[in-house]
Amino acid sequence: MSEQSRSTRQHGGAPVLSARDVVKTYGATQALKGVNFDVHRGTVTTLFGENGAGKSTLMKILSGVEQPTSGRIILDGEEVEFVDTNDARAHGISIIHQELSLAPNLSVRDNLFMGSELRNGLGVDYKEEERRSRQVLTELGLDIDPLTAVSELRLGQQQLVEIARALLADSRILIMDEPTSALSATEVEILFGVIDDLTSKGVSIVYISHHLEEALQVTDYAVVLRDGAITANALAKEIDLEWIVRHMVGENFDLGSPPTGYDFGPVALDIDELSVADPKEPGRLLVDHLSLRVREGEIVCIYGLMGAGRTELLEAVAGRIPTAGGSVRMHEGEISRLSLRERLAAGLGLVPEDRQRDGLVQTMTVGQNISLASLGTFVRGLFVSRNLERVHTQDAIRDVRVKTAGGGALIGSLSGGNQQKVVIGKIVSTGPKVLLLDEPSRGIDVGAKAEVFKLIAERAREGLAVVFSTSEVGECLSIAHRIVVMRRGRIAAEFGPSTSKEEIMASSGEAVLA
Amino acid sequence: MAEASVSRRRNPFEGLTIGAVLLEARAFLALVVIFVVFSLLAPSAFPTLSNIIVMCQQVSVYAILAVGMLVVILDGGIDLSVGSTLGLSGMVAGLALQGFPVGGVVLYPPVWVVVVIAIAVGALIGLINGVLVARLNVAPFVATLGTMYVMRGLASLTTNGLTVNNLGGRGDLGNTGFEWLGFNSLLGIPVGVWILLLVAVVASLLLNRSVYGRWLYASGGNARAAELSGVPVRKVRVRAYVISGVCAAIAGVILTSELTSAGPTQGTSYELTAIAAVVIGGASLSGGKGTVRGTLLGAFVIGFLAAGLTIVGISAYVQTVFTGAVIVLAVLLNGIQVRRRRRARDGAGSPPAPSPLPPSAADNGGSVSSALNNKAV
Repeated sequence: MSEQSRSTRQHGGAPVLSARDVVKTYGATQALKGVNFDVHRGTVTTLFGENGAGKSTLMKILSGVEQPTSGRIILDGEEVEFVDTNDARAHGISIIHQELSLAPNLSVRDNLFMGSELRNGLGVDYKEEERRSRQVLTELGLDIDPLTAVSELRLGQQQLVEIARALLADSRILIMDEPTSALSATEVEILFGVIDDLTSKGVSIVYISHHLEEALQVTDYAVVLRDGAITANALAKEIDLEWIVRHMVGENFDLGSPPTGYDFGPVALDIDELSVADPKEPGRLLVDHLSLRVREGEIVCIYGLMGAGRTELLEAVAGRIPTAGGSVRMHEGEISRLSLRERLAAGLGLVPEDRQRDGLVQTMTVGQNISLASLGTFVRGLFVSRNLERVHTQDAIRDVRVKTAGGGALIGSLSGGNQQKVVIGKIVSTGPKVLLLDEPSRGIDVGAKAEVFKLIAERAREGLAVVFSTSEVGECLSIAHRIVVMRRGRIAAEFGPSTSKEEIMASSGEAVLA
Repeated sequence: MAEASVSRRRNPFEGLTIGAVLLEARAFLALVVIFVVFSLLAPSAFPTLSNIIVMCQQVSVYAILAVGMLVVILDGGIDLSVGSTLGLSGMVAGLALQGFPVGGVVLYPPVWVVVVIAIAVGALIGLINGVLVARLNVAPFVATLGTMYVMRGLASLTTNGLTVNNLGGRGDLGNTGFEWLGFNSLLGIPVGVWILLLVAVVASLLLNRSVYGRWLYASGGNARAAELSGVPVRKVRVRAYVISGVCAAIAGVILTSELTSAGPTQGTSYELTAIAAVVIGGASLSGGKGTVRGTLLGAFVIGFLAAGLTIVGISAYVQTVFTGAVIVLAVLLNGIQVRRRRRARDGAGSPPAPSPLPPSAADNGGSVSSALNNKAV
């Protein structure tokens, strides 16, 4: 289907939307380093790149969510500046975010027209809204009543509702950030049909996906972004998956190597047949009878696509979410029945994926964040000994190399990498025997990544058992002694440190290379 | 590392943040302005020692309530039941002074036992609130709204709505001296003010120096992160409500003693004054931010404003308008400050991430209404 339509799409001509020399900096981090990017009328331009390459930042700038630090946006040959998303939408540019932005309590109809309600003399013209809703839902092959509450829909259906909303806004340029991550195979087919239909009507699509093969099916132009710069672009028909992967991962930034020169100790963490059920669909297992053993001093990397179950696995082991079966053991014995607090006391610490939401208390200082988990050890008499706490905090700041004005600085004054080090420092302060880190490199720049990995490696050398997860294949080949690839809640493959990125990606379902 | 050596010279935990200091300074400035203005308007009545002592005594009841409220607000909750708790524990104290009939004899507990019983009632109500909120996941507003009604109803039921007047006790029964709390002075300062000082010092130590205090700030600032750091968030929450209940009971005992009678409607709408004091004192209703000092200043701002307006002869109705305006103004300034700080941080700051800080709407304090109880001076 898409193969045919792709060849019939008209290429060339002046671009509808262009970014010229766009730079975006966040504090000391440069997320985009002078990007030039074109979108042509009636085509699908796909942005490829690893997490943190700057794809989402570029899309946010094109859709008005954020403003570039410098550089120009040119729409139909004229320079424009979008104040916000509404402004961009008024210019015909809509974005469908990776995270859904629907109001779950409202009906599909009300969500579709949220912010641009149709009016008649009496107020909202519900009849007309409903009629148009039905029309657009039918177009998308969605067999749902417009009056259904969004909360009752499956995630995939919700994503299609989001797409329907963009269609209703008559967008000329539609940005889709990972639109298929929650869709079933049939829904993906429908979506691709819609994309073909839209492009034939002259709508331009900017597409982002981690499922490279799938994305390549609909792509006309492929653009590869790495570390905030465009490394390659080409017509889709002239390239293959290998070309994309080669440009995506690029040369290795040295993220370190597995610490050597010592023997692993006994098994520190023993996960046996662990299962976690999907809270939204209890029949489905997000982690499916997974078993994994980690020894003292060993670093295990868990790689997998979004939705592979990495986060759920780590959170279940840490005791944050309930399990649907299986057991977790440490040296001392079974810990499956312990609370998160008790597991932390038993020496099992989790550095969560979302450090803003789960890792840091923004209203407290750097020092108070670091000492939060180990506060009990500084108590003398009735009170926390400020001296003991200060000494410890300063040691920890030095140990994990946090660049800060001191323990009294506000946590918000730190860069992402340093904030991450604070979270790691906090958990390490409790003296864990097993350290779980969920995407420890998320949202931090490449230099800080190397430092974080170095920290982890040092702790492993001292006998800590480490499990960290990542969605960036390059990071698997850093400090990990063993790479475990997760796919649909199971272990799909295991590799040693000498494997290749291609092998890892092939086993994760990301790209099957010939 | 260079940074570490810098911080060694400076105490990193001293004075927490510039922002917090500014917030408190604002309430302090307001208090100074109020004092100066009324001293000019009524030079012979307002700035006299006796008037200041009377004003402090009146403020102390509200301030003790407000300190308890602060603890709950730091946790990100709210306690609407403190006014009723004050009323019920006052009634319990009043009735206990009348003696308990036990199997034909009437037991007259000594005054200190009466006080302990009243405080235990406050603690129990706090425990109920805490369990409702932390264990049964009832929204704090709703849970404490419910207990507010229930406790007010129970206070009336104890005497069918009648006021208990005879609190003097009898010398031969050994239960005299209850009025000491509300009428006597130590070193020229009323006992109620001393009790406020004691409550404030204990609360300060608890919040700033104890593990519990840090846990409270952490739970209120980001409960998810606190939980992942091993903080027993639910336990912290339950205790916050117990502390609030105890403070309300202490205030109830003092007020009952001052009025020499225990009435079931005592303390009606005091919870709103307490919330106002906490908010004026710079605390954030979304939790994690606020100090005892600020809260005391907030209580004194409200108390001195009301007393000053009364002294210069402004009607109670106008007073209410003024108080409401002060609350809104304080919270508005708070919002401006938070926004400015956030802008400064975003400019210099962290990588893109959904802001975990509450939006300014939450900082601006929701629906705090003014209901200053206008006690005649």
